Amino acid sequence: MSLNILEITYLIASLTFVIGLKMLSHPESARKGNLIAAAGMLIAVVATITIYQPFDSSKSLNYGLIALGLIVGTVIGTMMAKQVKMTAMPQMVSFFNGMGGACAALIAVIEYQNHNIGLASGFDGELLVMLLGLIIGSVSFSGSMIAYGKLEGKIKDRVLPMNQLINMLMLAIILGLTVYKMLGYGDSMVFYGLLVIALIYGILFVMPIGGADMPVVISLLNSFTGVAAAFGGFLYGNKAMLTGGILVGSAGTILTILMCNAMNRSLTNVLLGAFGGNKAGGAKGEAGDQTVREISISDTAVLLSYSQNVVIVPGYGLAVAQAQHICHELEKLLEEKGVNVNYAIHPVAGRMPGHMNVLLAEADVPYERLQEMEEINPKMSNTDVVVVIGANDVVNPAAKNDPTSPIYGMPILEVDQAKNVIILKRGMSAGYAGIENELFFYPKTRMLFGDAKDSLQKLTTEVKEV
Amino acid sequence: MEQLLNYIGENMEMIYFLILAILLGVEVISNVPAILHTPLMSGANAIHGVVVVGAIIVMLHASPDNYASLIVGFLAVVMGTLNVVGGFVVTDRMLEMFKKKPKKS
Repeated sequence: MSLNILEITYLIASLTFVIGLKMLSHPESARKGNLIAAAGMLIAVVATITIYQPFDSSKSLNYGLIALGLIVGTVIGTMMAKQVKMTAMPQMVSFFNGMGGACAALIAVIEYQNHNIGLASGFDGELLVMLLGLIIGSVSFSGSMIAYGKLEGKIKDRVLPMNQLINMLMLAIILGLTVYKMLGYGDSMVFYGLLVIALIYGILFVMPIGGADMPVVISLLNSFTGVAAAFGGFLYGNKAMLTGGILVGSAGTILTILMCNAMNRSLTNVLLGAFGGNKAGGAKGEAGDQTVREISISDTAVLLSYSQNVVIVPGYGLAVAQAQHICHELEKLLEEKGVNVNYAIHPVAGRMPGHMNVLLAEADVPYERLQEMEEINPKMSNTDVVVVIGANDVVNPAAKNDPTSPIYGMPILEVDQAKNVIILKRGMSAGYAGIENELFFYPKTRMLFGDAKDSLQKLTTEVKEV
Repeated sequence: MEQLLNYIGENMEMIYFLILAILLGVEVISNVPAILHTPLMSGANAIHGVVVVGAIIVMLHASPDNYASLIVGFLAVVMGTLNVVGGFVVTDRMLEMFKKKPKKS
């Protein structure tokens, strides 16, 4: 009787996951969808604790530890999630994802100890499910932690000599050991060996991938963790875990592919291309001896105030400087003067797709002002001034003109079509992809050096006085 | 081979489930506007935190004097909970900022 109730709560939880995910994919219902999925999760957790097995007073220690674990996790998780800055969102997601992967791997470790390895020959399905959960969970954990460290700037891009070859080799070893173990050979050492190798593989897998591609990697690792969770569900015949895990596994894979499409690159290219590690970018040398032209704050203010159409291109620099509010301020001032201001949002501006939308929404920028690349590019030739704030690679003409550039083929915002381009930038450093931007040397380009927030503040004051 | 087929046979229901869930995931996610990629990834991240249910089951199975299992299980519960709670709270914070938009337009 009570076990049936448990199954029903799992059914409800599974439904909330599906509905929640569906609602998350529409702007109006997204927030409610998130809450619905969270409610389903709560139901599944509470039901598991209370109904899964009748209360056994000899196991009060177990119950105490479960409760303590839930409390500790909730308190730390809430604190971290509440305190993180909007700019650090991507690495936060990566961190939480790693936690899920570790959880799945640890479950496999404990279940393995309880597992009866009596069958020396023949097929042991439970063992296979455990091994897969262990491997995928571990890769997801160590990979996510590296991705987290890289985005935090704590870990630098590092490429081992023949990194891809080593990775392939490790993958082969993992596969080999799994098969070996499945055939009934080897003791626990093989199991723990697999754990260690999978952890190392996760590190080496993410290490050479450049920062600009990190969102794609996080999304991929996200779907890995989903699959690992699903194997846990398979192990226990638990349908809530199975639906939740698989749903994220397949949805995450599709999302990863969508992100790759947005950058016009294939997944293989992202994973094997070692984008950020390609330091010998073609365009680097030739731009070296050219000069850039600077523009003063007051000139910029005048230029903007007497324009008809202005397009703002926000990038990661805007996020770092936390300049979204002052940016909106400037936009409002210009609108009052009759200037038509729009934002051009590149699909991969910032560190994650949609990063800029989140930031600008935080500053109350009206939804219809945010225009996507396909929408705004045809209007560029009609634009008087483009203001690029802390963006670089997404406006780099090398993506169109220079076949040797590592970002060649990526669709860009065609700001070079506009009449004037003003670039707010801290210094002449290259963008996240580590490549030179010839746009800075174009005759119509002017540079406004300084911290984005600071420059925008001064600019706002100037514009008021024009 | 015999056992392999047996295993598949025994778990046929779960395998059906698995395949349908894969298709469902693909179906649910297609046609998502780019602006929602980040919140969606984050929301999906929270959902796979359901693995915490497995950690709880492990803890319920463990015998009270098996301290190694209890400690590892405890860690698993903490990490799983971090994934769930942190994931949902972060997603909510992101989406909070989207909320006002439709009203203004």
